Amino acid sequence: MSFESLPVLEQLMLAMAAMALFTSFVLLEQERLVAAIHAFAWQGALVSAVTTLVAASSGLRHLYFSALLTFALKALLIPWMLHRLSRRLELDRYAEPLRRPALVTMAAVALVIFSYWLALPIMHENLIFTRNIVAVSLAVVLIGLLMMVVRQQAVAQVLGFMSMENGLFLAAVSATGGMPLLIELGVAFDVLVAMVLFGIFFFHIRESIDSLDVDRLNRLTETEEDTR
Amino acid sequence: MTALLLAVFTPLAGAGVLALTRSLGLAGWINVIVSAATFAASIALARDVAAAGEVAGMTFRVDAFNVYLLALTAFVGMTTSIFSRPYMRHVCQTGRTNARGMRLYHSMYQTFMFTMLLALSTDNLGVLWVAVEGATLATVLLVSLYRTPEAVEAAWKYFILCGVGIALALFGTVLTYFAAQSVLADPAEGLTWSALYTAAPKLEPSIMSLAFVFLLVGYGTKIGLVPMHQWLPDAHSEGPTPMSAVLSGLLLNVALYAVVRLKMLVDGSLAASASPHMAGRLLMGFGLLSFLVAGLFLHRQRDIKRMFSYSSIEHMGLMTFAFGLGGPLATFGALLHMLVHSLTKSAIFVTVGHAAHIAGTQSINNIRGLIRTQPAVGWSLLIAVAAIAGFPPFGIFTSEFLLLTATMKLQPWFTVALLLGLAVAFAGLFRHLHPMVYGPAPEGQKPVPANMIPVAVHLGLVLWLGLSIPGFLARWLDRATELITGGHLL
Repeated sequence: MSFESLPVLEQLMLAMAAMALFTSFVLLEQERLVAAIHAFAWQGALVSAVTTLVAASSGLRHLYFSALLTFALKALLIPWMLHRLSRRLELDRYAEPLRRPALVTMAAVALVIFSYWLALPIMHENLIFTRNIVAVSLAVVLIGLLMMVVRQQAVAQVLGFMSMENGLFLAAVSATGGMPLLIELGVAFDVLVAMVLFGIFFFHIRESIDSLDVDRLNRLTETEEDTR
Repeated sequence: MTALLLAVFTPLAGAGVLALTRSLGLAGWINVIVSAATFAASIALARDVAAAGEVAGMTFRVDAFNVYLLALTAFVGMTTSIFSRPYMRHVCQTGRTNARGMRLYHSMYQTFMFTMLLALSTDNLGVLWVAVEGATLATVLLVSLYRTPEAVEAAWKYFILCGVGIALALFGTVLTYFAAQSVLADPAEGLTWSALYTAAPKLEPSIMSLAFVFLLVGYGTKIGLVPMHQWLPDAHSEGPTPMSAVLSGLLLNVALYAVVRLKMLVDGSLAASASPHMAGRLLMGFGLLSFLVAGLFLHRQRDIKRMFSYSSIEHMGLMTFAFGLGGPLATFGALLHMLVHSLTKSAIFVTVGHAAHIAGTQSINNIRGLIRTQPAVGWSLLIAVAAIAGFPPFGIFTSEFLLLTATMKLQPWFTVALLLGLAVAFAGLFRHLHPMVYGPAPEGQKPVPANMIPVAVHLGLVLWLGLSIPGFLARWLDRATELITGGHLL
């Protein structure tokens, strides 16, 4: 496909979406928690930028509002909350080395390829750039999922969860010009409540196992030596 | 319309009031009254729907399929609130939670009811998603109410797994919206189920099948389909018992309802394509796997609530299989099964709550001689488990018989797997049940104050449904069957 034939605005949109995918990789590989939170904030800002560009190129007014909402929520509020939580939990110097970084990166690359393959059926002649962004956003979702699997630390898992939400939002904006405003508000509200609850849970978990390493939450299993 | 709005928004108002109520005794009663008012409104709504065929407007839409689930949800919500009042007071007195926890509990109970009723009555796939996610958020703090390490772990697992699952469902919803853009006259209607249903044959099949995979995995996590079921036994066993009753009896049903609604869209879209039964086949596969795996897991359980949550997975698997099988007979059976399973399972959890209080533990090995200590609890447990295992003359026997007959007709070989699974599950339940109800009671085991009226009402209804399904209910279920499959049974 020829990217040069696309209007400049759409090329810019693709570049921004690609950078959002890149921040997913940064997030996945980042060992230091605070740096990972910053990477997440950048991802939120990029998604918001893509939304603004879509709004500008398509003339959909309500998208300016969702761009603003995303920026406020994903680039400012949630990173700020996570930052504050990690300081209160004394995790601001926390770093967790990734086990087998090469394998994880390869898996993430495979997920990107898989996303492109899944997006193949969405093949309308004139929607070539949309298909690209649907694939990119699916990749962001799946890499967020991968991050939740490979990370053992609760805050890092929440970052993975939130970056999945970023991918979903990117998909909604790029593929369909955004969901109806009411739904978008509902989703944003759910995400915000989820973030508050995650914050409460960090303290509960630390209270019960004296760490935020969720791998140590392993009392409930189906194995026979369960002696409760 | 008024009845519909009352039924959906009464619990929300109740949640607000309960969040501000400081008196514990009063809060328990308000909880019961709000639930009873919701149930009354849902009955009025059912009468409206029976008269008019469907009630629609303001992004709500209630037809024969969801009206009976609405009434069932409000009913189980009411009986469970009656049970929860003395039960939670006992919990509070034993010091497992405090006054703040109780306020949270009551307020979140009604919030949960609100999200369930909203998910059932809405016509908008986006609102459906927001409501189902809201149900997770409302219940997650209740699972960890007792603050033991196990409870926190269960709640974290529940939060993360259901959060991820439901995120995938949102991706499926976005894809559905995308498919609707080029088809509907007004693209903004692209999440309205009824508009999508009318236009279903024109929806792009390849996008819809991709969307359905995401939606099934997403909502399937909430149904508790294997292999996404990991959260379910933990959340059910560690949360307060009234929560287990409503999670098992209501939340799983609502998630299954969402999947069936979406299957109707995908079936419409795929009707002319090369694989018209793709959605049904997927449901059959996931359903059968859950049914068989959960049946086997029943055998090795040590915690009584964990055991019954595996039984829930097993029954949800059976219903998913039946909806996947399609055809009027299987669908009618599955709808009936949703009803009787909800009633029986919530009765079981209520009884188990009392049994655990009598023995002072949830460990199966330490619950002994229930009939000797407190005959009402012991016999209720025995009868309820006989009902859930599919003994005649209870309603579950009727629905399972219908399902087996339908399977025999459409896919004879699957009957073998189903019968085998039923036998395995039966053995698993009774080998644990027998020592718990019969046998001598341990020294010093005393009866507890127990309100067995909700259990008796539920089991009475299940028995009634097994002996004779009342005409109005049969016509309702038949109309729902017609909506889903296009064919009559009666």
